[in-house]
Order: sequence, then C-alpha cells, then structure tokens
Amino acid sequence: MPKIIKDTQIVDDSWIIIEKDFSGPLPLGKLLLPMQYWLDNRESLNLMIAGLWIDSDEAVELVGHEANLFPLIAVNFPAFTDGRGFSIGRLLRERYSFNGQLRAIGNPIQDQLFYLKRCGFTSFDLKEGADLESALSSFNDFDESYQGAIVPPEPLFLLNSSKNN
Amino acid sequence: MYIYNEQDQKIIEQRVAQFQGQTDRYLAGKLTNEEFLPLRLQNGLYIQRLAPMLRIAVPYGLLSSAQVRKLAHITRAYDKGYCHITTRQNIQLNWPQLEDVPKILGELAEVQMHAVQTSGNCIRNTTSDQFAGVSQDELEDPRPWCEIIRQWSTFHPEFAFLPRKFKIAVCGTEGDRAAIQVHDIGIQIVKNSADEIGFQVLAGGGLGRTPVIGSVIREFLPQKDLLTYLDAILRVYNRHGNRDNKYKARIKILVRAWTAEVFAQEVEDEWEYTKDTLGRLTQEEIDRVKGFFTQPPYESLDNKISDEELAILAENNIAFGKWLQRNTRSHKIPGYTSVTLSLKPTGVAPGDVTDSQLEVIADLADAYSFGEIRATHNQNLVLADVKKSDLFKLWEKAKVSGFATPNIGTLTDMICCPGGDFCSLANAKSIPIAEAIQRKFDDIDYIYDLGDLSLNISGCMNACGHHHVGNIGILGVDKKGAEFYQIQLGGNAGSDTSLGGVLGPSFGESEVPEVVEKILTIYIEQRKGDELFLDTYRRIGVTPFKESVYPKDKKISNMHKDQGLKHA
Repeated sequence: MPKIIKDTQIVDDSWIIIEKDFSGPLPLGKLLLPMQYWLDNRESLNLMIAGLWIDSDEAVELVGHEANLFPLIAVNFPAFTDGRGFSIGRLLRERYSFNGQLRAIGNPIQDQLFYLKRCGFTSFDLKEGADLESALSSFNDFDESYQGAIVPPEPLFLLNSSKNN
Repeated sequence: MYIYNEQDQKIIEQRVAQFQGQTDRYLAGKLTNEEFLPLRLQNGLYIQRLAPMLRIAVPYGLLSSAQVRKLAHITRAYDKGYCHITTRQNIQLNWPQLEDVPKILGELAEVQMHAVQTSGNCIRNTTSDQFAGVSQDELEDPRPWCEIIRQWSTFHPEFAFLPRKFKIAVCGTEGDRAAIQVHDIGIQIVKNSADEIGFQVLAGGGLGRTPVIGSVIREFLPQKDLLTYLDAILRVYNRHGNRDNKYKARIKILVRAWTAEVFAQEVEDEWEYTKDTLGRLTQEEIDRVKGFFTQPPYESLDNKISDEELAILAENNIAFGKWLQRNTRSHKIPGYTSVTLSLKPTGVAPGDVTDSQLEVIADLADAYSFGEIRATHNQNLVLADVKKSDLFKLWEKAKVSGFATPNIGTLTDMICCPGGDFCSLANAKSIPIAEAIQRKFDDIDYIYDLGDLSLNISGCMNACGHHHVGNIGILGVDKKGAEFYQIQLGGNAGSDTSLGGVLGPSFGESEVPEVVEKILTIYIEQRKGDELFLDTYRRIGVTPFKESVYPKDKKISNMHKDQGLKHA
C-alpha cells in the first residue's frame, strides 16, 4: 500500500485518485473525485466514500461552503513550483471553514512541507520514491513565523503581545 | 536601524540550518537540480557563467558598520576581495564556492544578515529611498514600513512560489527616489484630508522585457491595513498570474490584461474577507518597529557657521568644492549633510567595492555618521548623517581610498548591471561599455556642464541596469552571436517617471561612446539656459537626435537595419 505523510506520521494510504478524463463506472474503494466530475454528477453520487481533488487552475469557489461534505479534499500541485495550491488550501480553511483532511498531491517536495502545513494541509502525498523519513524533519524547519496563516493564525506580533500583556 | 530580537535571530539561524541541509542533500544526489533550483534561488544563489553568484539581502539598503566589516571579511575569505552593489540595494558576491554558501550564510547571520528571497519567484527585498529619515521633504520615514513588510514577506507560506519575482518599494517623499512606479507594488506614504498618514498603492509597474508604469489601485489605505491589503494583492496575483509563459508572468501583465480598475476591484473583493482578521497591524506593533528608527543623537549646530566655513574651504580647494557640489546633499538637521561615496570612478565596474574599501567605509561611518551606511539603487554608498564640519576630513580620507569621485548624478555616475562578463542571462557585456563611456567623457568640467543626467546600461532585456528609466538608456542585444547596443532616450525614474523610446537601429560596441557624444552635442546646442537633458529632450523630441545619429545622406557601416527590440 502506498505511504503518505498524515499529521506528521508516515502511514499507509488507500485513497484512489480518479483522473479528470475518467469515464465509465467508478472503481470500488475510497475515491478522490476530480472537482468537475463531482459538479457534473453530484446528484447520483454516494459521498460516503468520496473525497475531492481540485487542480491548481480550478476555482475553489465552485466547491465553496460545500467543502465539508467531504472527509478529504486534495489539492493538486502539477509542478511543485506551481504555488496556487497554497492559496487554495488557505481559502478552503479560512473562507469555507473546511475541517476535514486537506491533502497536497501531485509533486509537492519535502522543502515545502513547512509552508503547506502552515496553509492548512494535513496530509502529503510526495512523489514516488521520496525519502519520507527525511521529509518529516522539514516540518520543524522553523519554530516561529512572522505572518499568521492557518497554523498558527496569529502573526508573531500578536503572539508576542499576548505573552507580554 | 532595526535590531533583531531572539526570535528574529533564531529564524535566520534556522534558515541557515535549513539551507545547509538542502545543500547537503543536493550534493549527495538526494535533491534533483530542478528541485534545488528554487531553493537555492530563494537563498540568493545563482549558478552563473564562471562561478555561483550569491546575492546578499540589504533590507532597504541599510547597513551597520559591523555588517560592512563582516562583508569585507566574507569577500576576502570566500571570494576575490570585492563585491558589487546592485540596483535593489543588495550586495553580490561573484565568486563563492557552492559548498561554502551555507558557511557564508552562517557568518552573515552573526551580524543579523541573510540572503533570504533575494532571488526566485517570491517577494524580494523591499527597497526605499536612500535618504529616508534625513530628507527635508519627507512626510514620514518609510523604513519602519519597509521593515514591517520585510517581516511579513519573510517565509510567507502562501507566496513562496509565485508566478514570477515580486518587488515592492516604499517612498515617503513627494519626489520619488525609490522608483516606486516601476515596481510590482509601489507604496507612497500620503496624508488624507483628515490629516491621517496612510498609503497610496500602485500595482503593475515593472521594467524587464515589457516595461510598464504602475497604476494607482487605491488612493488611501489606512496604516493598520497595510499587510492584509498586501495579502489580498498577492493572493489575486498568485491565483491568476500567468504561469505558462515566464515572460508574461509578472503582475504587470495581469493588471494590463484585466485593466487596473478590474484588478483593483478584485483586490478589494478579496480584501473584504481578510481586512478585519488577525493579520491587521496593531498600533503596538507599528510603534515597536518605529522605535528602531528614531533619530541618532544629533548635536545642536549652527548651520550658517558651518556653511561659511565650508564656503571658505571650497574656495581654497577646487576639488573639494566640486565634491561638495555633487556628492553632498541637504539634511533636515541644521549643520548636517548626507554624503554619497561614489563607486563609479573610471576603470572600476560601477558599484564594485573592495574588502579594504569596505573597512575604510565602516571606519568612516563610525567616525562621522553614527555607524550607519546605506546602499543606493544607483549603486553607490551613502553616509547619511555627517556634520558639515567633518566634511573636509571625510573627503580627504575618502579620496585616498578611491570613492570621492565628484560625479554623483552626472553622466559618469552610471547604473550598470554585471552584464555578460558575469551574468549567464546577459546578451552582451555592459561593464566595458560603461568604462568606454567614462574614458571618453573624462573632462569633469564638461560633465558638470551637462548637469544631472542619468545613463543606465543593461546587458539584456531583464533590465537589471534600469535602462528604460535612464535619460540615456543602453541595452545590450545579441544579433546572430554578436553583441550590439540599442540606445533609448527620455527615460526617467523620478516622480514623473517615463520610459525611454528607442532611438533607432543598434550599434557595435566601439561605436557607442561616439553615439553618446552626438546625443550630448545636440543637447548642448539646443538647450535653453540651464535646462536639463531630460527637459530638452521632452521639449524638442527625438527627431534632432535621430537626425544627428542617423544622417540620411550617409550610410553608416556596421549599422543594422532592424530595430533590435523585437529580437531578444
């Protein structure tokens, strides 16, 4: 079974990513459906087994407040340098109050884990062959951050201010 | 200046450890070239033509004497004994070894310096006016705002992988010395009708391949809203900027495609969601940062006496008088002045400075300017707080060390990128062009007679030498493997920023000084009174210059018929 990082642990993972150009009957199992597939077929789908994945060039607004219908939403990083997914992650958490598992898929690299975690991501499907043990250490690259994000939501100046007062 | 607390220090030290780990993984083959590339760029490390190049951040150009001494040590220990001041007020090393870079970053961290985000598709070093805090015409010191932006932009988790690089500049005076109109975001400190200080925000300016003057997207932004509003701009850009073609990926292309009005509205819509969140600045934080930029302990001096003494010295020493005229500048405190140390003597690459010069500059700063030094986007160094009564001593010492050339703001005070001698992006060399022009125009009286005149040279379309906003701009282009130079006229980087227009077909390297001479001759013939070059150009237009440089009845050899611009 493929390994991913979830909540800073290496775990087995059984979610199956359904490609955008998929046709025919869905396979059995825990499925990550492409966003557009869900939009097109939502009436006939049993969401108990489905998660959703959003591509970096897709409008997360189309999912909007319905995000919490899903236990898992994945955001695709077609190239690790495509940084749109960081904004999509934050929007899901901040604007649409998504509280399920938020996963980075595609090609995120170890050196982005700290930023991804800060933007609200909780699981990480790195490219095949990535050294996951080594990757875990990158969550601790920095102890403090200047800006607020999802983790933590307060900028450093606010954290310091409440410490002092 | 801003002094790190324990948290700031730890963040920078953890960055050094992070980059050491990344370099180790790269050298061990565990990080691919492709993966290491953006990581090293975000630590200022390029792989260049001859060696790696390391760009060290100098936030808004401000340096302490201790930092300058450390830089002197680093250039000596890890490089060839010199470094280069860039047009983003940063410092570049041309010859470090890749495996030494984490060590260099470690040494920099000891003096609260780093190379964070000096390159790559992220938010770069925020720049400002080199005379911030000492200018008479300043509404408010822009440096605390630059520092607030520096901290916000440092390791911003959402904006580390933008479509393209992103540059912000802040200006606190009406006359713009920070070139804010040609930045991705320009921030002008303004006062509204209720007498409150806030910001006018411009977006979508930039040089490079497609030069654009920025558009105002908000007339007045209250102080506390600065960071949430910047977040909104960056989020709109991060999501919607072009990622398919790097030449169309800067924010200016997006603003132009959408129009400034539409872009501004998108930002406002985004900001509606975030303006009242935890990211909003507090007065406590604004005051904390401002507390680092208080006035140094100025003496109470009589300006009139100082000026009289200087006048006598200048009369008795013509060289000192010339230096006084060009290299010093008025100061808001009576009896004080700001001195620009010229890094543009003939025969030295513009903006280059040696290890021993850096040490002299650190000593001069300690002796005469409260231990502070400023790097300028014109590639010089400034001692901002010098007593007029110290000027003669300072000048004598500066002269011995080679940075008292009295040419600030003149033709020979050129902005020039490292060009094809160093940079792997360049189409053509730029340093030898600068030198050839300096050698051609070595008559200081002629240079003075020309008055304020900016000549900017870039070795390629990326425009690191700001050629679009030089009164005379020179752009290196490659034509079938040969280096040619296109001339532009009429650019300006001040508050009435304008982009230069192409004069005509490009020239070979050896022809450039002569062409510049023809241009200057037309100016001298046509100017009215003490009219500056730019004003004459704006009045008479390009035609007289064109007719002189490209006479109709003569065929100029080596001249290329195509317009050059299209090609690179």
